[in-house]
Amino acid sequence: MNLTTRFAQLENFGHSLKATCYRIKIEKTEDLHEAFQLAKKYGLTVTARGTGISYNDVSLNGGGIVLDMSGMNHILDWDPASGVVRCEAGVTLEDLWKRVEPDGWWVPVVSGTMKTTLGGCLAANIHGKNNFHAGTIGEHVTEFTALLPTGALVTCSPKKNADLFYAMIGGLGMLGVFTTITLKMKRIHSGLIAVDAWHVPTLRRHLSDLLEHAPHYDYIVGWLDTLAKGTTLGRGQIHAANNLKEGEDPHVRETMKLSYQHLPDRLFGVMPKSLLHYLMKPFLNNAGVRLINTAKYLASLRRHTFRESHAEFHFLLDYIPDWERSFGRGGLIQYQSFLPKETAEDAWREMIQLSHQRGLPSYLGVTKRHRPDNFLLTHAVDGFSLAMDFKVTDKNRAPLRALLQEFDRIVLNAGGRFYFAKNSETSAETARAFLGEETIAKFKKLKKRCDPHGLLESDLYRRIFLVL
Amino acid sequence: MSDFPKSPYTTPLTPRRRGIIIGASTGLGAALAQKLAGQETSLALVARSQDKLEALCRQLNASGGYARAYPHDVCEYDKTPALLRKIVAELGGLDFVIYAAGINLPPGGMDKYNFENDRRMVEVNLIGAMAWLTPIAEMFQSAGAGQIVGISSVAGDRGRVGNPGYNASKAGLTTYLEALRNRLTRHGVHVLTVKPGFMKTEMLKAAQGPTPFAIEPERAAEDIIRAMRKRKQTIYTAPLWRWIMLVIRHIPSFIFRRLSF
Repeated sequence: MNLTTRFAQLENFGHSLKATCYRIKIEKTEDLHEAFQLAKKYGLTVTARGTGISYNDVSLNGGGIVLDMSGMNHILDWDPASGVVRCEAGVTLEDLWKRVEPDGWWVPVVSGTMKTTLGGCLAANIHGKNNFHAGTIGEHVTEFTALLPTGALVTCSPKKNADLFYAMIGGLGMLGVFTTITLKMKRIHSGLIAVDAWHVPTLRRHLSDLLEHAPHYDYIVGWLDTLAKGTTLGRGQIHAANNLKEGEDPHVRETMKLSYQHLPDRLFGVMPKSLLHYLMKPFLNNAGVRLINTAKYLASLRRHTFRESHAEFHFLLDYIPDWERSFGRGGLIQYQSFLPKETAEDAWREMIQLSHQRGLPSYLGVTKRHRPDNFLLTHAVDGFSLAMDFKVTDKNRAPLRALLQEFDRIVLNAGGRFYFAKNSETSAETARAFLGEETIAKFKKLKKRCDPHGLLESDLYRRIFLVL
Repeated sequence: MSDFPKSPYTTPLTPRRRGIIIGASTGLGAALAQKLAGQETSLALVARSQDKLEALCRQLNASGGYARAYPHDVCEYDKTPALLRKIVAELGGLDFVIYAAGINLPPGGMDKYNFENDRRMVEVNLIGAMAWLTPIAEMFQSAGAGQIVGISSVAGDRGRVGNPGYNASKAGLTTYLEALRNRLTRHGVHVLTVKPGFMKTEMLKAAQGPTPFAIEPERAAEDIIRAMRKRKQTIYTAPLWRWIMLVIRHIPSFIFRRLSF
């Protein structure tokens, strides 16, 4: 195989990171065997990549091999009676929900975009707006198979090879490469979801509403106006939603159809949404975002209830195609922190105030309610998460980095955790502090067992785990 | 070479470029390494002399840069692909390459001929460049990104009486780089041809006759780095040579062949 003609410049989702790697297309498990052999022959390292839309460097491997898993995208078995589906790792959430929804099922945990692959979702152990009761996607996996660099094809479930099951899910592709994944879908009785939306005037209300209302809903998510100051700091809007129960949707036949779950590609029926990110670009600065956030908050003052399709509710990030392009040449990064419910308010107040003082406000804030889980490299806490998007420019890199280092300190002091799929600047020291020595030792032991020659390496692995 | 640190990682807020300088131990190559090392760049330095390379790397790494030495003779063409793969793996990717290896072995007078010297010059100045830039061009074309910089010379603009072999090697390199540029621009790859006049390096000693407008290699390095940033196609350094060579390139042959420079 000629590697030079497979050289590729790959990016993260936010276009803020570029890496040059050798990209090898994988269509079947044998291709993975071959790729491992090739890597050994040339002394190169390997990482797997799905659709490449992580916010950071988990699917990048500068100077090494990147396995393009998007060709391994077959749904192998689908049983509409039991809701169990077996897929290849490169199947995207889009492929999956489009298959199961017409039969009255939905993917139990989804990310904000449907473009992610199941392999990537498992590697990061993604969560959704229902994390507080449904947990992460890993909790809905009944079994998976993965190829280890040793050449062994292992089958893991909560009962079989349980240590690997709980380490490889959320293991960021550092132990093996997922080949097939078996998941249990969630029953739905309508193509619609019932949404309540209301405003929260302060950070305290914001968090207490998330906490108190979560038990009454299937999904809950908050938008936080990251530019609001003083007494209004942390204000925002909560969207909470429930699946309809059997009989609640009089037009169930109609709404269950795939065509009903369609995201419109035009705004007001005229303007192609693919052009929208150009129009957003002039507003992506402190003054522009302040204007938009204020308008959005004022619009949220009216409490309202409505029904929308599952796709519209879940896949907000796909609503405006290429929206991340509007952040300009330097791209965007996301800083997501997970804090216990007792300490979240003070920590986030301090962080938001600090970002204002430094003149480096986040442009988008999203809050969620979480609960802990049993996975080895878990990011979850009994509390909340706040995801903040930052625009990267040539001028703000150094001060933004200093700000995020302060954030890390505040979050660690407050007993918080981080999500490796999001934060791109987490240092090995920060990871050590929240993972703890025991977890690190367990992980290293598994790494040695699954990958004795250190074949699986990503830029993220080198940034954090190699030096732990 | 395990005493060198592993190339630092890249994050959105600490971006790094990764590049190879071939012919980095002395002269312009070393000056480029000095200037680039301070600009968030990880460097692979390639040259024959291991001692000089390692001394340079030690100095650059001591002052916060990242550079790693790869002793190699550019005429060992068969060894290039494996070395390139090793370098790209150890750097953690590749964003640019600067081919600065070059030798000047004049025949020793207007009426002297020396095939051995001419062959050496073509092997180092031209074929060595092809050996390195062929796989790199292929990689950059595939990636749709990258920068290729070739250090040619004003000497490649005309064939003169003093040093036919050197003129031919540099004319060949200039044309080769132009062809690469014509192939690769459409793929998003930038190719820069650098034509230095006289520089105060070891090579200057080889020059016969007067050496007007000679500049320090550090100044040429600054010109080159600026041209890389601005994605220029061809630069002369010092820039004055653009105008000198404009005149020289237009001297009609019936006059040029009567001149003795």
